[in-house]
Amino acid sequence: MHLSVILRVTGVLLMLFSIAMAAPIVVAIIYGEEQALAPFGLAFGITLGAGAALRLTPRSTAELRSREGFLITVLFYAGLGLFGALPMYLAPGLTDTFTDAAFESLSGLTTTGATVITGLDELPRAILFYRQLLQWLGGMGIVVLAVAVLPMLGVGGMQLYRTESPGPVKDTKLTPRITETARALWYIYCGLTLACGVSYWLAGMGAFDAICHAFSTVAIGGFSTHDASLGHFDSAAIEAVAIVFMVVSGMNFGLHFLALRKPRQYLEDLELRTYLAALAFVAVLVTWTLARLDATPQPLREGIFHAVSITTTTGFTTTNFSAWPSFAPALLLFAAFVGGCAGSTAGGIKMVRALLILRQGLREIRRLIHPNGVFPVKLGKDVVPDRVLDGVWGFFAAYMIVFLALVCLLLGVSSLDFVSAFSAVGACLNNLGPGLGDVALNYASLSAPAKWLLALAMLLGRLEIFTLLVLLTPAYWRS
Amino acid sequence: MNILILGAGQVGGTLADHLANEAFDITVVDVDEARLQELRGRLDIRTIHGYASRPDVLELAGAKDADMLIAVTPNDEVNMVACQVCYSMFQTPMKIARIRADSYHTRSTFFTKEHMPIDLRFNPEHVVTEQFTGLLRHPGALQVLDFAHGRVKLVAVRARHGGPLVGHALRVLRSQMPEMDARAAAIFRRGRAIPPEGDTVIEADDDVFFIAAAANAPAVMAALRRVERPTRRVIIAGGGHIGEQLARTIELEVSVKVVENNPRRAAELANLLDSAVVINGDATDRELLLEENIERTDAFCAVTNDDEVNIMSSLLSKRLGARHVMTLIGKPAYVDLMEGGDIDVAISPQLATASTILQHVRRADVVRVHSLRRGAAEALEAVVHETSKLAGQRVRELRLPPGATLGALVRGETVLIAHDDVEIKPDDHAILFLTDKRRIPAVERLFQVDVSFF
Repeated sequence: MHLSVILRVTGVLLMLFSIAMAAPIVVAIIYGEEQALAPFGLAFGITLGAGAALRLTPRSTAELRSREGFLITVLFYAGLGLFGALPMYLAPGLTDTFTDAAFESLSGLTTTGATVITGLDELPRAILFYRQLLQWLGGMGIVVLAVAVLPMLGVGGMQLYRTESPGPVKDTKLTPRITETARALWYIYCGLTLACGVSYWLAGMGAFDAICHAFSTVAIGGFSTHDASLGHFDSAAIEAVAIVFMVVSGMNFGLHFLALRKPRQYLEDLELRTYLAALAFVAVLVTWTLARLDATPQPLREGIFHAVSITTTTGFTTTNFSAWPSFAPALLLFAAFVGGCAGSTAGGIKMVRALLILRQGLREIRRLIHPNGVFPVKLGKDVVPDRVLDGVWGFFAAYMIVFLALVCLLLGVSSLDFVSAFSAVGACLNNLGPGLGDVALNYASLSAPAKWLLALAMLLGRLEIFTLLVLLTPAYWRS
Repeated sequence: MNILILGAGQVGGTLADHLANEAFDITVVDVDEARLQELRGRLDIRTIHGYASRPDVLELAGAKDADMLIAVTPNDEVNMVACQVCYSMFQTPMKIARIRADSYHTRSTFFTKEHMPIDLRFNPEHVVTEQFTGLLRHPGALQVLDFAHGRVKLVAVRARHGGPLVGHALRVLRSQMPEMDARAAAIFRRGRAIPPEGDTVIEADDDVFFIAAAANAPAVMAALRRVERPTRRVIIAGGGHIGEQLARTIELEVSVKVVENNPRRAAELANLLDSAVVINGDATDRELLLEENIERTDAFCAVTNDDEVNIMSSLLSKRLGARHVMTLIGKPAYVDLMEGGDIDVAISPQLATASTILQHVRRADVVRVHSLRRGAAEALEAVVHETSKLAGQRVRELRLPPGATLGALVRGETVLIAHDDVEIKPDDHAILFLTDKRRIPAVERLFQVDVSFF
């Protein structure tokens, strides 16, 4: 374990991250919100100072090994989550405890979108902007960002990148150099954010709201600047823009990169086709249920919007969907377990894994029919190696065990009923945000241990379980 | 620069390693996913799994944007087709291929744009054979490398007690032996480079790299260690491609025995070779080696295609009394392990090949590159153009990057050792030695055409 390298890198990243606290200061100055200047200024100073102090660790020429990548990535998220909580903790009257601030900050960085803050509409714009910015940074991933802009990571960049990238195949590169790959992903991400912001603005949002919502839409986050989320605007056009950008951001960003040169790639990608089909299926089912039971005056509009928002794990709402009748809320929550495509900003198990599990199930059936048949599992034209299939199963098992364990723990440390606890863990693990029952609107009523537990669930979900889990094994620390 | 490497074997892997560390963008194509995975985990490169000569695979690997193609799959024909495909479909500017079979080289018109568009062909076995031959002709040297068509030699020698210069400062070389024109390019003491100044004292067991005109090289060597008897009796272990070529090159000068394990190959070799004696047997067999007078052998060259056999037979021969043992070792880790112990010289085919390729990726007008000390150091021959910063300067005035030494200049036919008062003129070939490869960009800039000139 090269502790000095790890601390140094973390220090540099903290210094970089302090910019995210400087940006809201600009917002505060623009809107004349003097009460927001002090918390952000102080938090900026503390973060920059802590980063600089860590950076003083003696220089070492040792190269990062894949093993250290796990620790760095977890330190990045945990460290940024805690330092990121500072402005919200320091801002007067925003959060009562540091627990609340840390929950909010981690919820942002992991693009979950679960909130403990109410009365958003009255808050200073600097704070609102900061929450959205956190989600935006976490969307594409802070490690990808670090790899893109910190040349000091060198060869170790690949090891790091692997620990954060979502999906079963961790080492696909778009360009020969990992730095270039990371940059390409961020360019696409920034481009999408820009397009989304302009579209919101054209659809009738104010400039500030358009920027803020573009951040959380493309990051598949779900934070909003209003308590009523997107429902505040009550505009079909804005919801349409949100739907389009949620769908696009739930796709593999690597695919976007390839399709820039060869648009046919979109048609040939099996995961994408399954993803779109699944979205359509959920949307039709929810709309049909709403229409059949006459639950809302606008079943089509609300059905499609929530199907996309919840399935992609964004978590925007226009109405309280948890109060919907029949199986609609449960279906949406289960759909969020699958989530978006691998390599997207969405959470969940990822479509490609679900597809591979399904294909293996079908293979067993075919094997029963043809006992001597040879049936490779294919994705399009390519045979999926056994190593990847094993990984998918291992991941699925770990995901489910972690989920069940967290539900039990949450029931133990809180007074939530089963549905609320089940949905709260599901919503946090899948980086979705809103749950059902007591946690449908916000998580403010939960006890402190419950909040920390859910914050852990968010981190587990964002880092796809294993990156965090591996740190808990004694074998990892043995040299 | 974007470089596409076909084949992730030993040569492909070593090249990817060298080039990726020099800030080139590398993509490697191979059919063996396991090999690719190993490379991908270690290096910052992209890998593509598939048949290297197929257009769809090449397109996926980015042949359209590639500046250079290096085809080093085990198969000559695949390499050639890949070059043809890249030329015809993707217009890749520079195509380099490994072609082993000599029969392709017989017609000079074959490798032209109209027929087989390959810009540079190389055969690692030739390169390795050349290195062995050079060492056999200069017994006691660790490395003998040619520049300017053999007019200048870079020789690496381990200084030994008994050499007249050992224990003296470098400037003694010039004052005591004025007729012998040479320049120490680098000295490595216990693996670390020390700058060769006039007052640097040479100690025993230093590795000294010096540059001299070809005719002076043996005399300089004699100053650093006792004069060695010329090589007369050589045993070559392994009768593969390299063994055969090596035997054929030297069989007229010295007495050669080739030990080959496979009876059929041994018979074939006996037909191909004239004066060399072919022995069918195992090179790690002690009795066989004793029977063939190993204790009176001047040089034992282990060149089978198996690293472990090469190392074991070399250690055994040395123990049994062979004067010099030289060993072909593929795995870089083994080279570090063995060299400097009982094995006098370890030769790595990958490093030799890497040198050939490196001279084409340098940004200056480079004629020859030799990669040294497992790629950490480099010697290069570059052309000084009129617009370069170097032209018109005297050696004394030069500001070279740290670790770089100018060894010699070749002006037309004459070799000028780079003493302080020599003036560099346009069109000179400068021979430089770099102890630290990270300084290469700085050296390249020296030779580059000055931008302000235009």
